[in-house]
Amino acid sequence: MTHEPDVEARRARRQGIAVALATSAYGISFGALAVASGLDVWQTCVLSLVMFTGGSQFAFIGVMVSGGLAAAPAAIASAALLGVRNVAYGMRMSPVIGPGWPKRLAAAHFTIDESTAVSLAQTSPRARTLGFWVTGVAIYIGWNATTLAGALLGDVLGDPRGYGLDAAAAAAFLALLWPRLKSRQAIAVGAAAAVVAACLTPWLMPGMPVLLAAMVAVVVGWFNWLGRPEGPAAPDRTASAGGTA
Amino acid sequence: MTMWNAVLLAAIACVLLKMLGYLTPPHWLDAPRPARISDLLTVALLGALVAVQTLGDGMAVVVDARVPAVLVAAVLLSMRASFLVVVVAAAVVAAVLRLLGWAT
Repeated sequence: MTHEPDVEARRARRQGIAVALATSAYGISFGALAVASGLDVWQTCVLSLVMFTGGSQFAFIGVMVSGGLAAAPAAIASAALLGVRNVAYGMRMSPVIGPGWPKRLAAAHFTIDESTAVSLAQTSPRARTLGFWVTGVAIYIGWNATTLAGALLGDVLGDPRGYGLDAAAAAAFLALLWPRLKSRQAIAVGAAAAVVAACLTPWLMPGMPVLLAAMVAVVVGWFNWLGRPEGPAAPDRTASAGGTA
Repeated sequence: MTMWNAVLLAAIACVLLKMLGYLTPPHWLDAPRPARISDLLTVALLGALVAVQTLGDGMAVVVDARVPAVLVAAVLLSMRASFLVVVVAAAVVAAVLRLLGWAT
């Protein structure tokens, strides 16, 4: 493998496009599920255009479908809590993007799992910057195009249960979760949160069980139960997080 | 609250969080506790959403065609299938089970 700048930059661009194609494909499922959850085509498209962070978008429609408009505060809170990891990504990307506020504002919008992961997987500063922008912009275009296609498709499909779209939503969350289950601590937290949410479902308004289950992460993370001994955060932490938009 | 209010509020909250990352000094990430909680928060929320989407029906817990569909999804994920394959397979399993009347 050569480390000539041009070769690295080309590789970063190629990786970014490949990740963008794979990620954009599942914008179809987001669009169709969003419409099945009671959003109209425009609301679905606004989520992809403005929110533009897949995990939060799926969480928002997931809570909405279980509780309707009464669950809106819980849906907003779930989407925001899942967006908290983007704060960490922004902090990592900030030195890669460099100074200049218009550029930093644009970069913030394209800061998602995939753009961060592709960027941090590169070695040279130029390839890191290029990897970030190519991945972020390509996914933005692809994700919004497929969201619209999926929403239009969902609109003509009708009864979502007959097509198994409710099961597809559950599988989507599992697929978003899967690449993150790399440590014993993560597996324990994911499983415990699932049990807490299921047990609380009959007792609380829809949406609340998910928010309370998030407390498992705060408690386990605070005391570092089942975790590795404390040390500075690994620099490749976010690079291994890929798999969600 | 209307659906539009909810969509816009949630979207703006997520945009502000992204911006917050660029306003925070990067060295804050060196503190292990916030970094760890941020990672685990994502895992916990997704785990809870899997459970609620698989078993929840409003405020009831039900076992229906979604359970075998999610099990198939888990098997496919362990075989490193792609996101789209997993999601479509789960939908097909649930739809076919309902069509055959083997599950609700």
